[in-house]
Parts: sequence; C-alpha cells; structure tokens
Amino acid sequence: MTLEVLGISVLWLFLFGYVIIASIDFGAGFFNAYSLLNGKNHIITDIISRYLSPVWEVTNVFLVFFFVGIVGFFPQTAYYFGTVLLVPVSISIVLLCIRGSYYAFSAYSPGKNTSYALTYGLAGLLIPASFSVVFAISSGSFIEMKDGAPTLDYWKLYTSPFAWSIVVLSIVAVLYISAVFLTWYADKARDKEATKLMRKYALVWAAPLMIAAGGIIYELNFFNKELFARMIMMWPMFAASGILFVATVYLVWQGKHYGAAVITLISQFALAFFAYGIAHYPYLLYPHLTIYDSFTNKAMAIALVVAFVLGLLLLIPSLYLLMKLFLFNKDYVRGEEDHHA
Amino acid sequence: MNESAVYWSRMLTELTLSFHILYATIGVGVPLMIMIAQWTGYKNNDEHYILLARRWARGFVITVAVGVVTGTAIGLQLSLLWPNFMQLAGQVIALPLFMETFAFFFEAIFLGIYLYTWDRFESQKKHMLLLIPVAIGASMSAVFITIVNSFMNAPQGFDMVNGELVNIQPVLAMFNPAMPTKVAHVLATAYMTSAFVLAAIAGFLILRGSTHIYHKKALYLLMKLGLIFSIATALIGDFSGKYLAEYQPEKLAAAEWHFETGKDVPLVLFGKLEDGEVKYAIKIPFALSILAHNNPRAEVIGLDQFAEEDVPPLYIHYLFDIMVSIGMLMMLVSLIYVVAKWRGWQFIYRKWFYWIVVAGGPLSLLGIEVGWWLAEVGRQPWILRGVMRTAEGATTSGQVDLMFLLFCGVYLVLGVGSMVVLVRMFKKNPIEREIAERQAEKGGDIL
Repeated sequence: MTLEVLGISVLWLFLFGYVIIASIDFGAGFFNAYSLLNGKNHIITDIISRYLSPVWEVTNVFLVFFFVGIVGFFPQTAYYFGTVLLVPVSISIVLLCIRGSYYAFSAYSPGKNTSYALTYGLAGLLIPASFSVVFAISSGSFIEMKDGAPTLDYWKLYTSPFAWSIVVLSIVAVLYISAVFLTWYADKARDKEATKLMRKYALVWAAPLMIAAGGIIYELNFFNKELFARMIMMWPMFAASGILFVATVYLVWQGKHYGAAVITLISQFALAFFAYGIAHYPYLLYPHLTIYDSFTNKAMAIALVVAFVLGLLLLIPSLYLLMKLFLFNKDYVRGEEDHHA
Repeated sequence: MNESAVYWSRMLTELTLSFHILYATIGVGVPLMIMIAQWTGYKNNDEHYILLARRWARGFVITVAVGVVTGTAIGLQLSLLWPNFMQLAGQVIALPLFMETFAFFFEAIFLGIYLYTWDRFESQKKHMLLLIPVAIGASMSAVFITIVNSFMNAPQGFDMVNGELVNIQPVLAMFNPAMPTKVAHVLATAYMTSAFVLAAIAGFLILRGSTHIYHKKALYLLMKLGLIFSIATALIGDFSGKYLAEYQPEKLAAAEWHFETGKDVPLVLFGKLEDGEVKYAIKIPFALSILAHNNPRAEVIGLDQFAEEDVPPLYIHYLFDIMVSIGMLMMLVSLIYVVAKWRGWQFIYRKWFYWIVVAGGPLSLLGIEVGWWLAEVGRQPWILRGVMRTAEGATTSGQVDLMFLLFCGVYLVLGVGSMVVLVRMFKKNPIEREIAERQAEKGGDIL
C-alpha cells in the first residue's frame, strides 16, 4: 500500500467516524427539539442529554481531525476546495457555531430554555445538508477552471437533482442512524417509553432512507457516467450493505436485539461509505485532482504518519475510557450516577 | 489577484481570530486555575477551593463551547480565505497543525469525563487527576498552534528553488527562531489573563455585597498566580524584544518608531506621530538598546534599512504601548495586593481597590487583543515573512465581503448568548446557596 492510499484510507475512516457520531448527535438534537414541540420531551430528553453531554466536544474534533489531516496529507486540496467552497462551507461553519454553542447554552443554562433547544436542533439538521454539498462537488462538473483558478458554478449546483438527492439522503440517514442508536441506548437505560418512541422513529425513517439511496444511484447515471460505472463494479459491497440494512430493520422490528442492530447499522453504512470511496479512487476532485498529484512531500508524509501513530496511542485508550464511563456503564446510562459539575 | 477579496479576507480573518482568542485564552488558562484550585482544596482539605474548581468548571464549559466552534471556524477559514498560503504551508507546517488536533482531542475527552464524574470516584484524588490531561491538552494545543504562527514569522525548514519547494524538513520548520519566545509568551499571558479575569469576577461579587470568605480566598489565590505569570510575561517580553532585534528588526523598529539605525537608542513610550515627527513621547534613554541587545550602547537597526514596501504599518506603536502598559499595570496591582495581604494593609479591602481589580479582567483581555494585533500587523506585508506576500496567499473568490457580514452576525449572537448564559448561571445559583446545599448533601458542617 502506498502512503497516498494509506493517507486517504485513514482520513476516510475518520470521516466515516465523524459521519456516524455526528449523525447520532445531530439526530438526537433534532428529536429533542421535536419532542419539545409535540410535548413528548419528558420521555426522551433525559436519555438524549445523558448521552450527548460528555461527548459533544469529541464529536466536533473528528471533523477538525479530518479537515486538518486532508490539508496536511493533500495540501493541494486546500487550494482547490478552499477556493471554491467559501460560500457553502461558510454556511456550514455558521450552523456549526450556532449548534455547538447553543447545545452548551441549552444543557447548562439553569431553567431549561426551549428556544436554545429548538435552535440547536434545527441547526443540527441543516449541517449534514450543507456539508453534503461537498460530496456533490467532489464528484465533478460543478467546477470550471477560469484563468487557472477553479470557480464554482452555483446555478448548476443548486439546480442539480443529483446534489439535492445527496442532501435528502444525508438528512434521512442522520435521522435513521440516530433513532436506531438511541433505541439501543434507551433500552440499555431500561427506559421502556423512550425505547418505544425511538423504535418508532427508527422504523419510520427506514423506508425514506432506501428510497433516497436508490434515488442517488439513479441520478448518478445521468450525472457522472464514469463514477456510475465504477460504483456498479462495487456492487457486492452495496448488496451486502443492503442486506445489513434489512437485518437492522428486522432486529429493531423484533425489539429484542438492539445491540446487534447498532452493529449491523454501523456495518451497513461502513460498507456503503467505503464502496463509494473506493469507486471515487483515485480522484479527490473529479477530474482535476487525484490523490497522487496532490500528495505532500515525502518528509512531511513520514512525519505525519509518525505523529498519527503516536497520537493514536494516546487517543485510543482515552476514547476507550470515555466509552467505558458513559456508554457501557450501566449506572450512568440508567441515570443513577449523574453527578455533573 | 482580487484586491477586494484580499482586503475582506484580512478583515474576516481578523474578525474571527479577535473573537476566538478571547475564548481561547480563557480556554488555555482556566483549566490550570481549576487544577490548582482543586489541588489546593484537596491538599488542605478545604471545601471552598473544591467548590471554586467546580463553579469555574461549570462556567468554563460555556466559554469552551464558543472557543471550540470559533476554533473550528478559523481552522476551516484558513483554507477558505488563504488557499494559496495553505497549499504552500501544508507542505511545510502541517505537522504541528495536525498535532494540535491530537492535543485538542485529548483535552475534549478528559474534560467530558471530568465534568460528568463529579462525586463518582471514591477518592477526590482520582477525580483531580483527570484535570491534568485537560490542562496539558489545553496548553499543548496553544503550543502547537503558536508554532504554526511563529513559522509564519520566521519560516525555515525548506528551500525555494525556482518557485518550487525542496529540502523540506518538518521538524526544523517547527523549531524556528520565533517559536520559543512566541510559545512562552502566549502561555504566560493566557495564564495571567485567566487569573485576572477570574479575580475580576471575585472582586465584582464582593463589590455587589457578597461577604463570604470564599471570594476572598479566591481573590488571594488568583492574585498570587496573576503576579507570578505577569512577571513571567514581562521577562519573556524582554526575550521577545531581543528575538525581534535579531530576526525581525522591521517589526521592532516600526513598533518603536525607530527610524534611523544608530547606537544608544532610547525607548519611545506613548507619543503621537505627526508628519513623520514623533511628538509628546516619553523617551527612556538607552532602553531600546538594552531591550534589543542587553547593552545600552548597542546599535539597533532602524526603518531606514528597509524598502518602503517591506515596512509594517506604523500604528502598531500604539498597540505596543497599550499592551506593555496593561501588563505593567496588572503586575503592579497584583504585587500591591500580595504585599498588602502579607503586611496586613487594609486599603486593599476598600471599594476603589476592588474596582481596579474588576477593571483588570477586561483590561487583560484587551492586552491579549492588542498584543495579537501588534504581532500580526507587525509582519505585514508578508503572510510568510520573506517568502509570500499577504496578497498572494488570499482567495480569488468574490463573496468574501458577504461572508464577513455573515460572521459579524454569528459572533454577535455567540458573544451575547454566552454572556447571558454565564451571568444567569451564577446569578441563579450564588455561592451561599451552593454551600448550603452541599452541607445538606454531606450531612455535616464541614464548612
């Protein structure tokens, strides 16, 4: 495996990590806000805040890790993506700012303030939508080179059915992933009512997810034939992903093995995410930028890999400790031990 | 090149950073204060200090949230507003940038654990140990990000051959000449500022009529810490002057309005520049020679040695004056407080003195701001001193002005929101009430 492939694989893995935990996070914020509106917040607010509070900051770091890493390993992405993404990513940043700080405002303000919860719930749902535009752009044909500098064709982007399919998919996926995860978490907390409600949400969002995913593959056929052909070549992975999706829905439907459902859920998205990534290889920005022509110099690559390994040695035990204390600790999850500062 | 994009990119970067560093400085310094308070409380078995740590930690979460999101904003804006610069810098300086995220990761994990395991461990000691990685992570992320900035002031670790980068040495780029003084100065001022900001809050509550011993303990602890770190800041400031004289003489000369190279150079304090003439200034004989070379007779390079297009704006002199004055004032205030406490002088319990302490918080934050403006404007017109002009690094996008307005709105919302939440948080739960609750919880009068 070359350093280029290693670099992009690691970054893709971190992006996947962000997609999953951010989905749980954003979806939870939305469900929390929604429950305030329909008066069901007494059922799920506790469960949601008990999960979210210790981890929200960590979620954000996964994103920072990805974008710092990609500029480090592939400095030319800063030039191409940086130049064209000013407006779309600025919108994402604004939403992230509102969401992150209003989460803290809401969780720590004495006497619960509904408007804070609604603000972060709504902002959270728009973040995946605004970021997913980057995926559409990286698949090509929205960027033109003018005088040697890349420019973005906004009109073409905002009227593209393909871009909108990705937006829809990202929102639906967020709600689905979050609902399945929170069903498991609520069940672990032995909170029957919350489990029931989250289970309902999980099943409700399963069908739109499949429709949206199918829609994207259909749109892609018109949008970028080469990428479509490569995706078709990856069909075994997509098929396995589909089977895992059915398994997840079945497990949630059965209402017994929620832990297994979370595992099949994550595997399903991992397969689809990596199949998409492999189909994209070797392009970072089709057809202008490949991972080979944008890779950093050898000295920096080696230094980054060394820093990365050392960093992981620090990070993995810490993350393990975090999960042990808050995700797999029965007393904490059940709310019997909630002594926060 | 797009002139307006360059201008607005500079404005937006300045806006984001100016807003971010207020929260970031607190984010670097306050974990150390929390750790010291928790440790003091644990060591002396004094519940007041433990409560101090707990209440600071609670407020800290709000500032951290804003610090984290605005930090994410500037992280992305670097690539959005300065794509050419990041493409170049990414090849040479990505290493510390990358390491910063690890430090940040580390801090985020342990802060989450610290906040949600209050009373969960049997011994307070275990809980206290969680603060060490938080404080280390906070300080290390400041160290790494300041290394990136010092590289921009003193780039090294690569060669430019016909516009191509060769011989890249990432570690050499990190250990550039600007790095030791910059990193030390950033850390010391962050600790100092955090101490004075927290002291200002204690002082304010005393002025509002809270007579509890808790506030006096807090104030004394913070003033001692503030004194130590302001002395450190002044010492490092002196080293920074020597660094500038050696490696970035144009910045020092512009900050000091030192126009002609010469010996026995005085230090210019305050004053006003009128048609190239310095007026109403206080001149301390030989002081600039001493600051630059530790020798009153030494020669200091003046602005006459530089081409006009390489000279930074001369208004940075005012920034330099404000920064130094605030630093000196705060050192004096904390020194007086500590000495008075030791000698039993009573005037430090008078209203007027508490007002000075209260003013010290915002003043220290202002000192941080002007210090950064001085450092950043002082390296204009370069984005990478001697390598890349600021205008060459900027984006060509046409919508930067619009984005500037957008972010003005966002920071306004975040600034006001965080203030409202913080004030409400402590107003609704004053220390007297928390102590009473804690007593009831523990079932004994330990306080």
